Amino acid sequence: MSSTHNATADAHAGGHDDHHDVSYLKPKGGMMVTIWDWMTTIDHKKIGVMYLFASLFAFFLGGVFALLVRLELFAPDVATLDAAGNPIIQGQIFNPDLYNRFFTLHGAIMVFLFIIPAIPAALGNFCLPLMLGAKDVAFPKLNLTSWYIYVVGAIFSVVAIALGGVDTGWTFYTPYSLDTPEEHWQVTFMTLGVFILGFSSIFTGMNFVVTVHKLRAPGLGWFDMPLFVWAIYATAIIQVLATPVLGVTVLLLALERIFKIGIFDPSLGGDPVLYQHFFWFYSHPAVYIMILPGMGIMSELIGVHSRKKVFGYRAVAFSSLGIAAISFIVWGHHMFTSQDALIGAIFSALTFLVAIPSAIKVINWIATLYKGSIRFNTPMLYGLAFLFTFSIGGLTGLFLGTLSTDMQLHDSYFVVAHFHYVMMGGAAIALFGGIHHWWPKMFGKMYNEPAAMLGCALVFIGFNVTFFTQFFLGTQGMPRRYSTYVQEFTTLHQISTIGSWILLAGFLVHLATFIHSLMAGKQAPPNPWGGLSLEWETASPPIEHNFHHEPVVHYGPYDFDDAVPPFCDPADYPLPDPLPPGEKSH
Amino acid sequence: MTTAPTDMTGDGASQTYWERYRHQPHWRNNDDEYTAAKLGMWLFLTTELLLFSGMFVAYTIYRILHADEFARASHYYLDWRVGAVNTAVLLISSFTVAMAIRNAQLNQQFWLKINLFITIICGLFFLVAKLALEYWPKYQKGEVPGGFFSYPGSHGYVPSDYDPLFLGVYWVATAIHGSHVLIGVLLLGWCLWRAQKRHFGPRHFTSLENVGLFWHLVDLIWIFLFPLLYLVG
Repeated sequence: MSSTHNATADAHAGGHDDHHDVSYLKPKGGMMVTIWDWMTTIDHKKIGVMYLFASLFAFFLGGVFALLVRLELFAPDVATLDAAGNPIIQGQIFNPDLYNRFFTLHGAIMVFLFIIPAIPAALGNFCLPLMLGAKDVAFPKLNLTSWYIYVVGAIFSVVAIALGGVDTGWTFYTPYSLDTPEEHWQVTFMTLGVFILGFSSIFTGMNFVVTVHKLRAPGLGWFDMPLFVWAIYATAIIQVLATPVLGVTVLLLALERIFKIGIFDPSLGGDPVLYQHFFWFYSHPAVYIMILPGMGIMSELIGVHSRKKVFGYRAVAFSSLGIAAISFIVWGHHMFTSQDALIGAIFSALTFLVAIPSAIKVINWIATLYKGSIRFNTPMLYGLAFLFTFSIGGLTGLFLGTLSTDMQLHDSYFVVAHFHYVMMGGAAIALFGGIHHWWPKMFGKMYNEPAAMLGCALVFIGFNVTFFTQFFLGTQGMPRRYSTYVQEFTTLHQISTIGSWILLAGFLVHLATFIHSLMAGKQAPPNPWGGLSLEWETASPPIEHNFHHEPVVHYGPYDFDDAVPPFCDPADYPLPDPLPPGEKSH
Repeated sequence: MTTAPTDMTGDGASQTYWERYRHQPHWRNNDDEYTAAKLGMWLFLTTELLLFSGMFVAYTIYRILHADEFARASHYYLDWRVGAVNTAVLLISSFTVAMAIRNAQLNQQFWLKINLFITIICGLFFLVAKLALEYWPKYQKGEVPGGFFSYPGSHGYVPSDYDPLFLGVYWVATAIHGSHVLIGVLLLGWCLWRAQKRHFGPRHFTSLENVGLFWHLVDLIWIFLFPLLYLVG
C-alpha cells in the first residue's frame, strides 16, 4: 500500500472521527429532536443511562411502599371495646388488604423492576462494551428492544397492582394466586407483565454473552477482562438459562387462571407444589442474577480504590461461574417443609456449596485491601459496607440452609432480614457504590464527596438499624407478611421503622448529591480514580463511538504495580521501585 | 439456474444486496457479525427449549403419577394418524429449509425461493390440519382442558378423573408449539420476501440461516411431543 494512499485514508478517518468526537450526551438539536434521539437510540451508553433512571425510579416507588409497610408495623393493631361496646382498633393505619397490596407492590417492584435489571442492564450496558474496548454490544437493536420490553412489562405490572387485587406476594404461589377471585383480572395481568419482563432479561443476557465472546479488543484475553465483566457474563448465563423457566411458569399460571388447565390446581388433578418447583427453579438462580453483578462491582471498587491487584483474580472469576452453576441445583431449599426429609437434606447440603465461592470472593477482597493504598471515598466506603452487610447476609443464609434450624426460622422475620441483607445490603449497596464509581464516566461530572460519604454512612446505619432488629424478631417468632403482631415485639418493630427513616434520609442525601452534580458538578477528568480498565481510556463522558481507535490492551485491569493509568499524572501514581534481582514480590 | 455473481469489485451500484452487504459499524468484519448472530440464535434456541421444558416436566410428573389414565386418554382422544402425517410434513419442511440455506450459499436463487415456498406450505398444512382435524372437533365435543372439560363419554368410554389434566397438558403443549409454528411461518415468509429481493447469496445469508435454525427447533419439539402425547402406552 502506498504512503499516499495511507495518508488519504488517515485524513478520511480523521474527518470521520471529528464528526463523532462529541460526547454521547451532547443534544442532537432541539428538545423534541433530542427526545426522539434518545427514544430511538441504539447506543449502549444511552440505553444504560435510561435503564439506570428507570430502575432508580422503580427503586423509589418500591421504597415508598417499603416505608408504608414499616409505617403500618410501627404499632400492633390492638382491638379494644369502647364504652358502648363497639370495637376500636388502635395502631392500624392501613387495613390488612391494603397492607397485603403494599408488600406485594414492594416485593414485585423491587425484584422485577429494580434489582434484576439495575446492575446488569444499567451499569452492565454502560460499562461492558467500554471495558471490552468495543463500540457497542453485539446486537444494539435487540438492546433497544429489550429496553422497550422492560418498559411495557413494567407498565403492565405496575398498572395491574395499582388497580388493586394483586395481594399474592411477589411469588404468586398457587393455590392462593388461583383462588383470588376471577374478577381480579389484575393477577393475570401481573403475571403477563412478569412474562414480558422476562424477555427483556433474556435478550439482555443473550446480548452480553455474545458481546463478551465476540467483541473483546485485540489483546484482551479472557483473563485480562475486568472482574465486573466476568460477573456480568456469569449473570447473563443465568439470565439466559433460568428466565425461560419463569416464562413458562407464569404463562402456565395465566393459562390456569383463564382456561383452568389444571396443571397447578389440585381440584383438577394438578399439584400446587409443582408451581413452587417451577417458580424457584427460576427464582433461586434469579437471586444470583441480583447479587453476582454486585459482586463484580465490588471487585472493581476494592481493586481500583486500594490500588492493588485483586487477590486471586482467577479464583474470583471462576467463583462467579461457580455460583452460576450451583444456583441451578439449590431451588429445593425453598420447599423444605413440603418435601420429604431425604430430598430436604440433599438440597440442604447443596445449598451449603454456595457458601464456598461466596466466601472465596469475600476473603479475596479482604486480602486485596491488605497493604493497599486505600482511598477513603464513597465507592470504597460502599465497598467496605458491602463486606459487612453481605457477610451477615451470606452467613445467616447458612442458618436457613440448615434443615433443622430452618424448621424454626422459615417464614419468619429472620428470612426477611436475611434476604434484605443480601439483596439490599449486597446488591443495592454494591449498585450505589458502582453508581458513584462510574458517575464521573457516565455524566462527565464529579459529585460532592463529603455529601456522598454522609449519604453512604446514613444508608449503612439506617440499613442495619432497620434489618438487624429483624433477626431478633424472627428468632422470637415474628412471622413474615403479617400486618400486626403481639405487643412484646413493639419495641423492636419501632426501632426497625425508625431505621427505615434513616435509610430514607441517606437516599435523599444521595438524590441531592446527584442532582447537584448534574447541575453544578465539577468537570470530571477522563480517569478520576486512576483506573486501568479500558473504560478509563476514553473521555468523560465517552465520545459517541466510545474510542477514537480500537484500543489495544497492554496491561491487565489491576496491574497497578506495572502501569501508569491513562490520562493521569505519573507523579500521582508512582510505580514501585523495581525489586532487586532475584527477589520475588510478595 | 445459477446466476453468476456480477460486479464483485465495483462501486456497488450494480450489485445485489448480498454482494454489497457490509457489516454494522461496531463489527470488525462480516464474518464476526455472522458468527455472533449464530451464537445469539443458539442461545435463543436454548431459551426456547427451556420454555418447553416446563411442559415436558409437567407431562412427565403427571404421566408417572397417572400412567394408566394417561395411556387410556391418549388412545381415546388423539388420533396417531393425524399426528404422524403432521410429523412427516414437518420433517419434509425441515429438509426443504435446509436445502434453501444451501441454495443461498450456492446462489441458486430460483431453488431458494421454491424450497422456502414448500417449507411455508408445509407449515401452513400443519396448522390447518391441527385446527381442522383436532382443535375444532375437540372443542365442539367438549374435550377441552381442566375446568371447562364437559365431554360425557360415549360407546362405553367413561372419562377418568385425569382426562381433563391430560387434555390440559395436550392443549397447552401443542398450542404453545403451534404458536411457534405460526411465528416460524411468518419468519419464513419474511425470508421469502427478502429472497425475492435477492437479499441472500453466498456472501450473506445470516437471517435466512437463523430462521432455518428456529424452524428446525420447532420441528424438534414436535418430534418429542408426538410420541409423548400420541403414542403413549
